[in-house]
Amino acid sequence: MADISATGNLGVHSTRDAYMAMTRRRRAYGAVLLAAFIFLMVTGFQTVEARSAGGFWDGLPQLFDFPAGVVTEAWAKIDRMPANLLRYFPALIETINIAAVSTLVGAFLGLVLSLLSTRGLARWPRLIPVFRRTMDIMRAFPEIVIALVLIFILGGGPIPAMIAIAVHTAGALGKLFSEVAENADLKPVEGLSSVGANWSQRMLLGVFPQVAPNYLSYTLMRFEINIRASAILGFVGAGGIGYELRNAMTFGTGKFDLAAAIFVLLFLTIVFFDQLSSHYRNRLVKGSGA
Amino acid sequence: MTMLSVNGDLRQQTEALFHRKKLVALAVPVVVLAYLVYIFISFDVMGLADRARMDNARTLVADSYSYKTHVSRDNRDNDLAFSIEGARAGTYADGTHPDWIEVQGTNMVVDLGDDHVIRFLDDTLVSFEMPDHPTINLQLVDGAVVTNLSDPVPEWVNASKTRVSITTEAGRLSYTRSKAEVFRYSLGWEMFWFTLSSPYHDVSFWDVLTGPQLDESRSNIVGAWQDFWGNTLWRHTDVFWAMWETVLMAFLGTFGAAIIALPLAFLAARNFAPVIALRFAVRRVFDFVRGVDGLIWTIVLSRAFGPGPMTGALAILITDTGSFGKSFSEALENVDGKQIEGVQSTGAKPLQRYRFGVIPQVTPILLSQILYYFESNTRSATVIGAITGGGIGLFLTQAMQTQNNWEKVTYYIILIVLMVMMMDSVSGWLRRRLIKGDDSGH
Repeated sequence: MADISATGNLGVHSTRDAYMAMTRRRRAYGAVLLAAFIFLMVTGFQTVEARSAGGFWDGLPQLFDFPAGVVTEAWAKIDRMPANLLRYFPALIETINIAAVSTLVGAFLGLVLSLLSTRGLARWPRLIPVFRRTMDIMRAFPEIVIALVLIFILGGGPIPAMIAIAVHTAGALGKLFSEVAENADLKPVEGLSSVGANWSQRMLLGVFPQVAPNYLSYTLMRFEINIRASAILGFVGAGGIGYELRNAMTFGTGKFDLAAAIFVLLFLTIVFFDQLSSHYRNRLVKGSGA
Repeated sequence: MTMLSVNGDLRQQTEALFHRKKLVALAVPVVVLAYLVYIFISFDVMGLADRARMDNARTLVADSYSYKTHVSRDNRDNDLAFSIEGARAGTYADGTHPDWIEVQGTNMVVDLGDDHVIRFLDDTLVSFEMPDHPTINLQLVDGAVVTNLSDPVPEWVNASKTRVSITTEAGRLSYTRSKAEVFRYSLGWEMFWFTLSSPYHDVSFWDVLTGPQLDESRSNIVGAWQDFWGNTLWRHTDVFWAMWETVLMAFLGTFGAAIIALPLAFLAARNFAPVIALRFAVRRVFDFVRGVDGLIWTIVLSRAFGPGPMTGALAILITDTGSFGKSFSEALENVDGKQIEGVQSTGAKPLQRYRFGVIPQVTPILLSQILYYFESNTRSATVIGAITGGGIGLFLTQAMQTQNNWEKVTYYIILIVLMVMMMDSVSGWLRRRLIKGDDSGH
């Protein structure tokens, strides 16, 4: 302030000019970035459209043909709906089970991996990069890759899907877990080691109580994602409701009431677990009623 | 924490609380264990040993790091044929053959290594010499395959009247009525760079760069590039395009969803919604779109738009519009009102208030979410591509369905994993930069 009044108008002008120049430069950068982005979006979409079987504008009017067909057919056979829902309920349970087990297994593996790869907590500090890379690779594997390979070896069914999702979950949760563990207070750990606790005791009693709410919250979120993943994997042959959906789709017109029942089940399940997990996550993060 | 009443017996309450916590601490592992036992039975883990095809696993592992050379002799016209992986592009030209084969007219000696030797002799006779077993002779007699093996045949032989196959560690012999064929495994991906028809096959990298010109019409580097890029067996051009398509699907889907979700999120945020009813309606739309899930959107869209990457991009776009709408509106609800007031005090109109009062506050959060989704959608695009038929996911499923192209499956898996890891680090780097660098909001 004193500087400006001392140098008078000149200082204000130069400050303003510098500011305006900076603003112009930033605007120019922003405009270039925006233009590049729009160019990428437009040409990208044209490329994708050219490499597809149908055009965008040709397909758009037909967008609601299939849902409308399914709805009318399901409505015409609405009396069969309860029976159909019941028929696919076991498959739905299988899909949920795949998601639940893979979340459990994946979270456990992720927990171990995260503690092994967090500075200050690791059992073997020199191996931290190894465990980190392991998690990166596990995370990078799309579930479908592992699932398809395992289906070839183990045959169809829930186990390949379960392993595939668990591997990815371990990598994904491991990364999130280790970010939380990095912020954990090390004093309880020091206290425990001063009374002679070994590594697993230090982790279980010193670190785990601090990070448990966050870990549980991440795990619940992952469970939500895994239900969707397990439905998709079913579609490529790994059992559960996705597999039934593919079969129902191949039956084609006349059997769309079956597909409709599966859509309803899938939708309700996803919404239900979505609400459930967000409710408990809110409770965990806000800490009320623990 | 449960509130402890100050007036009550604190000690008693604390003990009760600890008792309850102990019970929970014991019950949780028990419940988890019981659930796992239930899963163990319902997933039929015990039956896995029966269903598991370990021979499939062996083929897969062996195929993934090695290549097969097919050596065959036709039983009718005694034609000899040599090819790699049985592909046309891998067929040896007339008069040439791998150096572990000795050809004499229509007869030949195939050395499989480790003292395993297969001799193709006159009159469709084939003899297989091996160290731990007497020589096996196979011949076509009156239209049936006859061997000198006594019943029961060893477990590594699969014999019937029309077909005998002998599998050893060194290689496999398959004798049918039409031909006798030897498969020899060798290390590596032989034609990954160049097919046998290319003059650059089996020429070292330095010789291509610095050696004499191998093809008169093209310089070495141009020719090598053309032959590598046009490799008909590994289809590098198509694979490159498929990878690009997958990234493009994720890019269009993610950023398209963000563009659509941002204005809608204003309508759904408590502090910006013009009409309560509209806010409620938009929220329900977000919930619905998210609840329907990518799988169902993919199916619905592929009915309208046909197979291809566009369907995948649109499926990602629609699903993520729901997710973005929800998280964007939550971010908008948490903005600081003072900045908006400040902008308003200078006489800014509503649109300007949003642009200068709100957007700078939420940009870092929004961008970091978008980038995170972009990375995770690259992975989803692989799966969606496998369903709608676009991108690298399609290549992967196609290679898997043939059940003998495991070296390609391995190649695609490596490419996918590298692609995802690259997206992961790029998006992480961008996120750190944008969040740190974007302090002014312009």
